[in-house]
Amino acid sequence: MKLDRRGFIGAGVATAATLSAPMVLAGGHKPNVVVIGGGAGGATAARYIAKDSEGAINVTLIEPTRTYYTCFFSNLYIGGFRDFASIGHTYGTLAAEYDINVVHDWAIGVDRDAKTVTLAGGAMVPYDALIISPGIDFVEGAVPGWSVETQNAMPHAYKAGSQTQLLKAQIESMPQGGTFAMVAPPNPFRCPPGPYERVSMVASLLQGSNPTAKILIVDPKEKFSKQSLFEEAWSKHYSGMIERVGPDFGGANVEVRPDAMEVVIDGEVEKVDVCNVIPAQKAGLIAEIAGVTEGNWAPVTAQEMRSKIDENIYVLGDASQQGDMPKSGFSANSQAKVCAMAVRAALTGSAAFPARFSNTCWSLLAADDGVKVGAQYEATPEKIARTSGFISNTGEDDALRAQTYQESVGWYEGITTDMFG
Amino acid sequence: MHIGIKGLAAVSIAFWALPATAEQNIEAGAEAFRKCSACHMVGEDAANRSGPVLNGILGRPLAARQDYPYYSDAMQRAAAGGLVWDIEHLELFIENPKSLISGTTMMFGGISDPEERGHLIAFLGQFSDGMADIPEVLPARDPVVSPEILAIEGDPAYGEYLSGECVICHQLDGSNDGIPAIVGWLPEDFVIALHAYKSGYRTNEVMVMTAQGLSDEEIAALAAYFETLGETFE
Repeated sequence: MKLDRRGFIGAGVATAATLSAPMVLAGGHKPNVVVIGGGAGGATAARYIAKDSEGAINVTLIEPTRTYYTCFFSNLYIGGFRDFASIGHTYGTLAAEYDINVVHDWAIGVDRDAKTVTLAGGAMVPYDALIISPGIDFVEGAVPGWSVETQNAMPHAYKAGSQTQLLKAQIESMPQGGTFAMVAPPNPFRCPPGPYERVSMVASLLQGSNPTAKILIVDPKEKFSKQSLFEEAWSKHYSGMIERVGPDFGGANVEVRPDAMEVVIDGEVEKVDVCNVIPAQKAGLIAEIAGVTEGNWAPVTAQEMRSKIDENIYVLGDASQQGDMPKSGFSANSQAKVCAMAVRAALTGSAAFPARFSNTCWSLLAADDGVKVGAQYEATPEKIARTSGFISNTGEDDALRAQTYQESVGWYEGITTDMFG
Repeated sequence: MHIGIKGLAAVSIAFWALPATAEQNIEAGAEAFRKCSACHMVGEDAANRSGPVLNGILGRPLAARQDYPYYSDAMQRAAAGGLVWDIEHLELFIENPKSLISGTTMMFGGISDPEERGHLIAFLGQFSDGMADIPEVLPARDPVVSPEILAIEGDPAYGEYLSGECVICHQLDGSNDGIPAIVGWLPEDFVIALHAYKSGYRTNEVMVMTAQGLSDEEIAALAAYFETLGETFE
């Protein structure tokens, strides 16, 4: 059935392409699109370009991991609401059904003049258009005392995978009545409600196995996403368990000592049992190596997600600096579809429609207690600009919250199918 | 059919003092209720049939009868979203069930005459506490979808691009867990559903926001595109 549908769609696209004088095909070779990063931005872009161009474009997807674990819903694994395998995805369908050349390697260099990507294994991959969707890396020295070398003592668990498993295991072996600390990041960062959903999930986990345990959030921000919803849920479900130290009380002045398992807040030493450090973030390293970043992020046009520094490069998702959209998997997926259309139009002359963007972020507060926030956006000459939005209300009834959670489960199936086929 | 007669008997006893127009409305409503009575009962001895008993329907949340086990997933979803059978939503549902609940299992083509809908609601009001609030003539409202909007021919190629916004949640294989399936619908039902979100009759925030971001032409384009998928599936 899938093949029938693709055949039908493809026929329409092929007609449009032949009518409108493809640029690169006329130049004598089939255009190559290389996508770095197989997450919500990169996998979606690769799949849409391959699907909609029906063989007119060679698509190569470079992703180091063979099984990709989604950051979204990784908190639900920590809380015990998903098993780890359920957030893992492989690239077999993209390779077999969409003819995408999936390369499991690290991209370590980009030659923008020669238009090639260098892989850690030594290969050079030529491109006509390059899509960079590497997610985030951490700003060095952002939390004094912490570095990626100490990430096993104090996990970030903000790139899903073994770090997430490690953090969950550490929480599960905390002593009774012990302390879980989180050092929350400054804006902007991946998944604005993520740290606070994580706190909710850690609380849910501890409530069952370690009800006298404490959770300490050290936060450099005055405010955070869905704050009233989280705070309502914390007092309703986890009364007395969670304490948050904001900037008024030194939350922005924090140092960690991984060897001693200490967190120093404004000079006060706190001994903790588990410490989840989520440092300040920047675009994934390859964006910086490619030279398309300014400051910590890669500026792009709103209409096409095209780099403002190199017209042959597009940057998607968390790594991009696009305007008002939050850094989320939903946003990256939304941006990828706009980018895929723009890339096809540039390389094959296919139809280009106006850019459209949307985002919704669901968060789980406790069992069957889900909330959401969403917005729509438009492309302006300056940026992707928010046009409208909504947020769940405090005090909603149980049936609605249970439904919102069920909706998020349905969304997870939807977006992962949209990414991985 | 005898249920309708029982209903009439109750009406003439309880509401003899109402103005003639109200009584006439209710009598006309009893007549209209014949269209419903193959599946629904109402009145003192009413029992659930293939549809639930309609006693107390006005002002009650959707899908709220504990003794009726056959509410569709779609109806239960709308109920969890907080919809209540107030006059506005009941009237909309009677006009075209799918304008409010796309996946309803109520096989009913609807009542297009607004006066007849008013009569039916007046009749049902006799068996609901909210009866006193029913106006003799229902307030006029714009149609959820005008004939002009329904007549717009959508561009399926544009619809395919726009559908990127749908398929991040709704799956094309027709999965219905947590997020409802939207494949295999008639284009008209698709258009009506999106306009019911756009005008706020339906409440899911994501869908209200999404629909409000779509022009009439874009909704038609989506309906046209999803129709092409339906054909392939058959």
